[in-house]
Amino acid sequence: MTEYDAVTLWLLILVAGVGTFAIKLSFVQLFGWLDEVSPVVAGVLRFVPAAVLAALVVDSVVTLSASPSLHLAFDPAELLAASVAAVVAWRTESVPLTLAVGMVVLWSVTALA
Amino acid sequence: MPADGRSDFRDGARAVAPFLLGVAPFGLVVGVTAVNVGVTPLQAVGMSLLLFTGAAQLALIELVGRGAPFAVAAATALVVNLRYLMYSASLAPYFRRFSLPTKWLGAYGMTDHAYALSVVEFRETAPDERSRAWYYFGAATPVWVVWMSTTVAGALLGKTVPSELSLEFAVPLMFMALLFPAVEDRPTATAAVVAGGTAVVAAVLPFNLGLVTAATLGIAAGVATEVRAGSFPKDDREGRTSDDATGGEATESRAGPRESGTGDSAGGGDQ
Repeated sequence: MTEYDAVTLWLLILVAGVGTFAIKLSFVQLFGWLDEVSPVVAGVLRFVPAAVLAALVVDSVVTLSASPSLHLAFDPAELLAASVAAVVAWRTESVPLTLAVGMVVLWSVTALA
Repeated sequence: MPADGRSDFRDGARAVAPFLLGVAPFGLVVGVTAVNVGVTPLQAVGMSLLLFTGAAQLALIELVGRGAPFAVAAATALVVNLRYLMYSASLAPYFRRFSLPTKWLGAYGMTDHAYALSVVEFRETAPDERSRAWYYFGAATPVWVVWMSTTVAGALLGKTVPSELSLEFAVPLMFMALLFPAVEDRPTATAAVVAGGTAVVAAVLPFNLGLVTAATLGIAAGVATEVRAGSFPKDDREGRTSDDATGGEATESRAGPRESGTGDSAGGGDQ
């Protein structure tokens, strides 16, 4: 549950929203001044989706935990469902199918356990 | 405004239709999970309205749910959205003749789908046979409508979805489905593996800095792989053009943006 109060959360939404809009508008607005992303910047940006998405996936399934002692924290049912879904995502690249298979595996394993 | 603008809008909408199947469950999950981490339905909808970007909204919801500090939550959402810099740069030449409000509205409505469809279409057509603005908004509008309505539906359903369903697990699944198309070659695979591996360890970092740290190290690893192979920086757009077109067509498609610039009558006529 969030510890954010309503005003702070609205402010966060506003900041993230304005920032996102600025990123989207950037080159569209500045065309003429700034025609091209420099090749170096483009070369770096091309890694953003792969890196960010991988971090988001792994971070919500398996994490290192320091308490009580250093150990890997994960839910076996989730790990199994995520692994099966990974194969589906890899083979089909389909959002609905990945979602459906992953959830059904998770529910089945939880029901059987 | 040409009379056939409506048909360009319709063609854009038709092209984006299959993608809506993926947008709808995504929007539902965003609405439901937002409400379940304690965001009010109104704020969940406000988030969709102001951010209008799936992955960043999910990341923001995740961090808000964990009580991450303000700056970390905002920074993570913006890092997730950095790819829009590429889209913006790539669409800019086609948008140059748009009026200011149209440019702003176009930027606001920018999505992976509208971008990908439009860029391909604009490379293959001249401005006088395909209205840039109408086609683009034709592709962007249905995504916005579906995104907003499914977020609203999800936010309203939110609390009534039983917690035994573990619907929050849909979030990593969603990211996973987006991850594999993003892994295009060995360097991007390296970036993904390093970011994922680091994410496990970086989870112990304070202030929920783990995500940003892992993503940054992943990007650095991808760049390092290319630098070592002597292939950095790789021009993504050139690569894609030569993949699906012959040399002659590739030259033509690169000329596309310039054409749309000089084709004032058609480009400007859109407004």
